[in-house]
Amino acid sequence: MFEGRAIPFRPGQSLAGALMAAGVVHFRRTPVSGSERGPWCLMGICYECLLRVDGSDNQRACMTAARPGMKTERQDGARLDAAGEQA
Amino acid sequence: MTPDSDLIVIGGGLIGSALAWGAQRKGARVTLLDEGDVAYRASRGNFGLVWLQGKGLGHPDYMHWSIKAGQLWPEFSATLYEETGIDTGWRGGGGLHFCLSEKEMEARRHLIARSREEGAAIRIELLDREALSEIAPGIGPEVCGASISDLDGEVSPLLTLRALQNGFRKHGGRIVVDFTAEQVRRNRDAGFIVKSADGTEFSGRHLAIAAGLGANRLAAQLGLELGLRPERGQIVVTDRIAPFLRHPTNMIRQTREGTVLLGSSHEDAGFSTGTDMETVSGLCRAGTRLFPALRAARLVRAWGALRIMSADGLPIYDEAPDAPGAFVVTCHSGVTLASLHGLELGPALAEGHLGPAPRSMRSKRFALQTA
Amino acid sequence: MTAWDAIVIGAGPAGIGGGSVLAENGARVLVVDEAPGPGGQIWRGIETVPDSRALLLGPDYLAGKAEAARLRASGAHLAFETSVWRAEPDGTVWLRDNEGIRQEQARHLLIATGAMERPVPRPGWTLPGVTTIGGLQILLKREGLLPDGELVLIGTGPLFYLYAAQCLAAGKRDLTLLDTAANGALFAALPSLPAALTGRGPAYLAKGLKLLWKLRRAGIRFHACPQDLRIERDADGLRVRFRRNGALHSLYASHVGLHEGVIPETHMVRSMGCHMDWSREGAAFHPRRDNRLQSSIERVFVAGDAGGIGGATVALLEGRLAALSILEELGRSVDPLLRETTRRTRRAHLSARPLLDALYRPQDALLSPADEVVACRCEEVTCGEIRAALMADSAGPNQVKAFLRCGMGPCQGRTCGMTLTSLAAASRNLTMEEAGYLTVRPPLRPVTLGEIADLY
Repeated sequence: MFEGRAIPFRPGQSLAGALMAAGVVHFRRTPVSGSERGPWCLMGICYECLLRVDGSDNQRACMTAARPGMKTERQDGARLDAAGEQA
Repeated sequence: MTPDSDLIVIGGGLIGSALAWGAQRKGARVTLLDEGDVAYRASRGNFGLVWLQGKGLGHPDYMHWSIKAGQLWPEFSATLYEETGIDTGWRGGGGLHFCLSEKEMEARRHLIARSREEGAAIRIELLDREALSEIAPGIGPEVCGASISDLDGEVSPLLTLRALQNGFRKHGGRIVVDFTAEQVRRNRDAGFIVKSADGTEFSGRHLAIAAGLGANRLAAQLGLELGLRPERGQIVVTDRIAPFLRHPTNMIRQTREGTVLLGSSHEDAGFSTGTDMETVSGLCRAGTRLFPALRAARLVRAWGALRIMSADGLPIYDEAPDAPGAFVVTCHSGVTLASLHGLELGPALAEGHLGPAPRSMRSKRFALQTA
Repeated sequence: MTAWDAIVIGAGPAGIGGGSVLAENGARVLVVDEAPGPGGQIWRGIETVPDSRALLLGPDYLAGKAEAARLRASGAHLAFETSVWRAEPDGTVWLRDNEGIRQEQARHLLIATGAMERPVPRPGWTLPGVTTIGGLQILLKREGLLPDGELVLIGTGPLFYLYAAQCLAAGKRDLTLLDTAANGALFAALPSLPAALTGRGPAYLAKGLKLLWKLRRAGIRFHACPQDLRIERDADGLRVRFRRNGALHSLYASHVGLHEGVIPETHMVRSMGCHMDWSREGAAFHPRRDNRLQSSIERVFVAGDAGGIGGATVALLEGRLAALSILEELGRSVDPLLRETTRRTRRAHLSARPLLDALYRPQDALLSPADEVVACRCEEVTCGEIRAALMADSAGPNQVKAFLRCGMGPCQGRTCGMTLTSLAAASRNLTMEEAGYLTVRPPLRPVTLGEIADLY
């Protein structure tokens, strides 16, 4: 699931691959300027494809295997999960 | 031969840059010699606290000196912003020192009483857990409370350094980069001459050595034994987190960008600026006990930086006895004291005296101790 | 904790070659890689690839199959889905896998971290839908994915053409190539031609020509030497604009791939303090190595693209050579003839490299992008801001990092490090070595505060 929409995937596929195959390229907004970003290097070093995955922020979609029942969301700005009660 | 400048400052860190900025804006012609990108540059590894609660207890001169610096910070920061458009990120009021046990609470109570007895112009109060939760939600179950003071603040040391150098230039100051001072000497006509390994020379009527650990070697050439040694402090930083901590604290600081700094350790590691996992782990443990949600945060970088420690840990403000007009300024509170160094000490040095710097902070205090 | 004889970091061709030879000769060796199996980027997914996809990826890819099997049979301990986030000069290596964090100790380290794509700061390179071509190829190898709709590939280098050919083989026709190789690169490359015709050089050249011929014959749209290239976004999707021979072009694209060759991935060796050199030919930094492939730090060896770009075969051979050096230090006898022939084969495979480097030399503009271009993707710092800081503050890369946050973000300067150095070099008329480089600090891979807090 991405933003409430069901995304098909094959076993062994990454979140980034599954989402791109489903036509999603905008994965997040940057904490600096709010500009839109999507996957760039797809090998885990650029940190552009960060998503909120099952409540955890800043997860690299290109390095995370897609699993049934996973809930993923676009990440807007800085991570919220580490901010405690205030977030 | 007339000297190139009224004041030469050796060292482009926070201390040197503050002195140079302060002197130049008051009309002196200043040359700032900076070792550049390879310098140890304690300023770049700094935690960024303007920290005053409990500082200088038992040493009234140092205490009043530091508190004065804290009082000057708002003016200092505003002046830099006016001159350069660079916001140092200064945020004052409400520095928190966390306590994780009743014993630590008791120690803070004692410190508050002592601070009052010694006449410190600072208000410190103790907050219990409930009061603390209101201003710092998300604290862990082990946190008992905190002491809070009105004068403590936080600042970006990096932007402060940038603003100082930028302002210095705007006032017409000259920065020479990639210059490693090797030799300093007195010259009858030209005042002081500073020479690098490749033979480049600069001269100035007065000289301020603010070269961090390099000051040992340079001051010795003018007859001052400083005995400075490095003390490593390690700091870790996280990825950007939504704002949750609006107060500077003794162990943890959320920057304006959202990253969280945890620090800083104290260890003797020679000149190594590396990190060791045991210390880094200790910092993470302390930080996540205070704010358990931080366990999810990513550790983006850990680094070590060298504090410059004198034998008694206090600053040294001194003039070479055999070479009047040559000064040494060194401390490990380059951030806290930057306001005072910039607004008051820099202009005094350009005129050839130590201005308001307490006489008790000369280096001969060490000689007396060992005698 | 007993120390390993060696820990091999990376299981691409170099790590496979090194790990196999070490283990086959009785050394206790641990091979670590982030991927689920051996192969690295070049042979990614080699053990699990379906035959149909393997066919499309070509014979060079398939060559990895036997090597991966050899590593499996060698007796080396293999730790996959494991990242190395800190390596220390004394042989301490910090790992992270699904179980958490652990520490291993080795007498020798063989660093085989491979290559990364050269960063390609261009106007519009941060837009969603724009990826590296290496990234697109990973999607193809790992997941059998090709981008839907109009695909515009911009860049140069062997991988650029290889990926285009793989797209073609997979039946993709809505494809346009923009070759950005420096104008006159062909002419500049001529002096390297004689050397390239020795050893195994002709095979590399023939391979390249064959690819080009295939793409030409298929009628793939092609433009050379585009000027003032920029990627923009409008309501329909992406738009690639450029100038060529005075005429303005504008291409619609649903995806854009960028690639300007590969450079050694040097983050780990830098973090350990290995001495680095700048290669003019390769336009990249690489760790200094002696003829035994040892870095400036004793008992730390570097093999494969991590030490200098040479491709998969060279990497495999270097892995083996480094393994022989380590075996020798471990007091095991090493066949001098084997070493000599391996060295000779490696040289033969490197003979075409200077020509390839010259042919695919990135345009100078790439090292000196326009002011508007974002250099640091994480902290969104533009080249103009960096230039201004360099001018106003006469600062080096680390001072610029401190002042602008350039390189402080989550990618830890991997993407902007070289741009920063080249801008510093240009602004102060220094060589790349003199201009300096961002100080690289561990952790090199993500770890959480919670994990670190629980260590002791």
